[in-house]
Amino acid sequence: MGLGAYIAVSAILFTLGLVTIAARRNILYVLFGIEMILNAANINFVAFNRFNGDGMDGRMFAIFVIILAAAEAAVALAIVLNVYQLFSTTKPSDVDLLRE
Amino acid sequence: MDLTFHPETDFKLLLAVPLIPLCGYIIQIFLGRFLPRKGDWVVTTGMFATMCITVYMFAKALNHQMGGGGHGGEHEAETAVLSFFHESKDIGFSWNWLYNAPEILQSPELAAKMQNLTVGLLYDGLGSAMLAVVGIVSFFVHLFSMGYMKGDHRYHIFFANISLFTVAMLSLILSDNILFLFIFWEVMGLMSYLLIGHFSHDPKSHRITHAAAACKKAFLTTRIGDCCLLIGFMMFFYNYGTFGFHELWAFTTEDVAANGWQAWHHTAGLFLFGGTVGKSAQFPLHIWLPDAMEGPTPVSAMIHAATMVAAGVFLLGRVYPMLSPEVLTVVTATGALTAIFAATIGMTVYDIKGVLAYSTISQLGFMVAAIGTGGLGLVAGLFHMVTHAFFKACLFLSAGSVIHGCHHEQDMRKMGGLRRKMPITFICMLVCTLAIAGMPMFSGFYSKDKIVQSTMMANELAPSWATAFAGLALPLAASLTAFYMFRLIIMTFFGKPKDQHVHDHAHESPLPMTIALTALAFLGMFGGQFWLANMDIMGSHATWFETLVGYDAHHGLSVFEGMYPGITLQNTYLGVESAAALTKVGADAHHSALILSLTVAGLGILVAFMAYQWKVRAFSPEKFTSTIAPIYRTVLNKYYIDEFVNKTFIRLSMVVAYVFKWFDETIIDGIVNTVGRLNRILGTIMAWFDKTFVDGLVNLVGALSNGFGAALRLIQTGRIQQYVSFAVAGGLATVAWLLLF
Repeated sequence: MGLGAYIAVSAILFTLGLVTIAARRNILYVLFGIEMILNAANINFVAFNRFNGDGMDGRMFAIFVIILAAAEAAVALAIVLNVYQLFSTTKPSDVDLLRE
Repeated sequence: MDLTFHPETDFKLLLAVPLIPLCGYIIQIFLGRFLPRKGDWVVTTGMFATMCITVYMFAKALNHQMGGGGHGGEHEAETAVLSFFHESKDIGFSWNWLYNAPEILQSPELAAKMQNLTVGLLYDGLGSAMLAVVGIVSFFVHLFSMGYMKGDHRYHIFFANISLFTVAMLSLILSDNILFLFIFWEVMGLMSYLLIGHFSHDPKSHRITHAAAACKKAFLTTRIGDCCLLIGFMMFFYNYGTFGFHELWAFTTEDVAANGWQAWHHTAGLFLFGGTVGKSAQFPLHIWLPDAMEGPTPVSAMIHAATMVAAGVFLLGRVYPMLSPEVLTVVTATGALTAIFAATIGMTVYDIKGVLAYSTISQLGFMVAAIGTGGLGLVAGLFHMVTHAFFKACLFLSAGSVIHGCHHEQDMRKMGGLRRKMPITFICMLVCTLAIAGMPMFSGFYSKDKIVQSTMMANELAPSWATAFAGLALPLAASLTAFYMFRLIIMTFFGKPKDQHVHDHAHESPLPMTIALTALAFLGMFGGQFWLANMDIMGSHATWFETLVGYDAHHGLSVFEGMYPGITLQNTYLGVESAAALTKVGADAHHSALILSLTVAGLGILVAFMAYQWKVRAFSPEKFTSTIAPIYRTVLNKYYIDEFVNKTFIRLSMVVAYVFKWFDETIIDGIVNTVGRLNRILGTIMAWFDKTFVDGLVNLVGALSNGFGAALRLIQTGRIQQYVSFAVAGGLATVAWLLLF
C-alpha cells in the first residue's frame, strides 16, 4: 500500500469530522468531530513520516497532538458542562450568545 | 492788616475760592449721608472760609484802587489790580489747552495776533466786588438753609447741590476767558435745574410735583439764551481768534477804531445779549423765573441774588466793550420794557415769593437798561447788581422765614399782623424793602439813583428812542416797585390777622436763620454807602463801587481802569467833546435824578399805605381793579405770555416732534423692518438648504453605515456550526480560486 491510501483515509476521516462538527445536533458529537479531525492530522503525520522522513519527527508530533487533544477534551467537556448548566441544552444551534 | 498784593500767595488764595466749596461738594455728595447732621456743616464751613477769603481779597482790591497799594504813583495804583493779575497769570497758572487753528482765521495778520489759548484767573474791580457778594450771600444762604431745610428727606443732596451752584458762580466770575465763563455758566444752569427741582418728587404720595415742570421750564428757557451766547462768542472767536477777555476787548476796540462797527459786530453782540436775556430773565425769556419759585426758598435767594440772574448782568459787564451802540440800544429797550412790565405784574400777585420773583425781574430790567445806556449807566447797573444781591437775598430769606413760620403758607391774603409774632424777620424785611424801594440811606437808593441819573445823561448825550423809553419807564417802574413792595409788607406784617389759624401757629424762626437775615439786612442797609470808599462822609461823591472799577465822572471822560485797563471804549459817550461838558451834564442829571427818584419812591409808598393800610376809599384796590377790569385781568394773567408760549412755541415744537415721530415710526422703522424681513427670508432659504443638503449628506453617511451594519448582522448568528460552515466554505473557495487561476 502506498502513501495515497493513507492520505485518502485521512481525507475521508477529516471530511467526516468536518461534517460532524457542522451538522450534528448534539454538542458532544461536535467534540467527537474535532477528535476525528485531529486523528486525520495524526494519520497524515505518521504516514508522511513513514514514507518521506528518516527520523521520528512525525510520530513525535502525533503523540503531541494526542496529548493536546486529551487536554482540549478536558477543557471542552468543562465548557460543555457549563453550557448545559446555563442553557439547559446541548444543542449548539440554541447556544447563540456570541451574537450579542 | 497787610492789604498790599503779593502775587504768589494771593494767587493761591483766589484759586482756593472755588476749590474749597468744590471739595465740600465732593465730600458731601459721596459721604454726606453718613456724616453727623448729614454733613451740612462741611459745606457751610467751607463757604465760611471762602467768604473770608473773598472779603479779604476785596479789601485788598479796594485798597489798591484807592491808591493805598505799594506801587507808588496814583495812576499806577488805579491799574494795580489788573496789572498785577496779568503778571500773576504767568507766575501762577497758565495752561495752554488749545493750539492755534490758523485755517479758521481769515487773515495772516489775525493769525499773528492770535495767542496761544490759555486759562487763567481774572480778578479786577468788577470781579472782586462780585466775588465778595457771592461769597457773603452764599454763606448766609447756607447758614439759613440749615434751619429752613431741616427734616427734608434729601437734605445732604441739597447741600451738595447748592455748594456746587456756588462753585460754578465763583469760577464764572474768576474766568479770564469767555469759553470758561460759558462752561461754568452751563454748570450753573444744570445746578439750577437740580435745585429748582429739589421737591420734584413728593416722598409721601410718590407723585411728581409742579417743581418737576418748573425745573424743566427753567432749564429749557435758559437753554435758548445759552445757545445765543455760544453763537455770539464763537462769532468773536472766528474773527479775532481768541476767547480771552483782555484780547477780545483790545481787538474789538482797535478794529472798531480803525474800521468802525461792522455788521457782524451787531449780530454777535445781539447773540451775546441773548445769553443775558435767558439767564437774567429779560423779556421775553423771563417766564422761567416765577416758576422757579417751586424750588426751596434758599435756592430762590441764591438764584435771585448771588448766582444765576446775576451771571447774566455780570456777562454784560464783561462783554460791554464788544457791544456796538446799536446793540446797546436794544439792551436798553429790553431792560426798560422788562422793568416796567414785570413791575405791573408784581402788583397783582398774591404769592409772597411771586411778588419777589417779579420784583427781581423788574430790578434786572433796571440793571440791563442802565448798562445799555453806557458810561455811568454801566457802573450804576453793575452797582445795582451788587446792592440788589444783598437786599434781595435778605428779602427772599425773610419770605422764607415767614413761610417757615406760617407752616408753608405762601398766600399773602392769609397772612397779616405778623410783625409782633416775627419781630426780627419783620425788621430785616422792612429794611430791605426800604432799600429796594429806594429810600435814602439804604443801599438800593444809591444804585437806583445812579441808574435814573444815567438814563438822564444818556438822553442828553446820546438820545435815542430806547433812552427816551427808559427815561420814562424806569422812574415809573421804581414807583411801582415801592408800591408793590409795601403792599407785600402791609399785607404780611400789618393789619389784622386774616387767617386766625395761620396767625396762631406763626413763630419766629430758629437762630441760624435769624443770624443770616440780620447780617444780610445790615448789608442791605449799608452795602451801598458811598463813604465806604474813603471814610470821608461829605468829601466824595463817588461810591465805593465807582472807585473800584475806576470810574470817575468828575475828573474826565469815562474810563474804567479797574475793569477795562488800557481800553478806549468805542461805544460810550462818543459825542462828548470835553471832560468838562460831561461833568456838567452829569451834575445836572444828578440833581434832577435825586429829586425824581425820591418823589417816585415816596409816591409809591404813600399810595401803598393809602390803599392797604389806611383804606382810603379813593385808593381802594378793589374799586380800581374793577374800573380797569380787562387790563387787570391781562396783568393778573401775566400778559398771557405763558399761554402765548404754550400755544405757539411749545405747540410748534410738539408738532415738529410729532412729525419726526411719524417719520421715525413710518420711514425709519419701515426701513429697519424691511431689512429685518429680508433677513428673515434669506434666513429661511439658508435654513432650507441646511436642512436638505447639509443635513442630508450627514444623514446619508449615517444611513450607509446603518445599512451595512444591518446587512452584516445577518451573518452574525452566534451559532458556531454556521461559523464553521462559513470557514469551510471560505477555505474551499480559496482553494478553488488557487486551483482555477
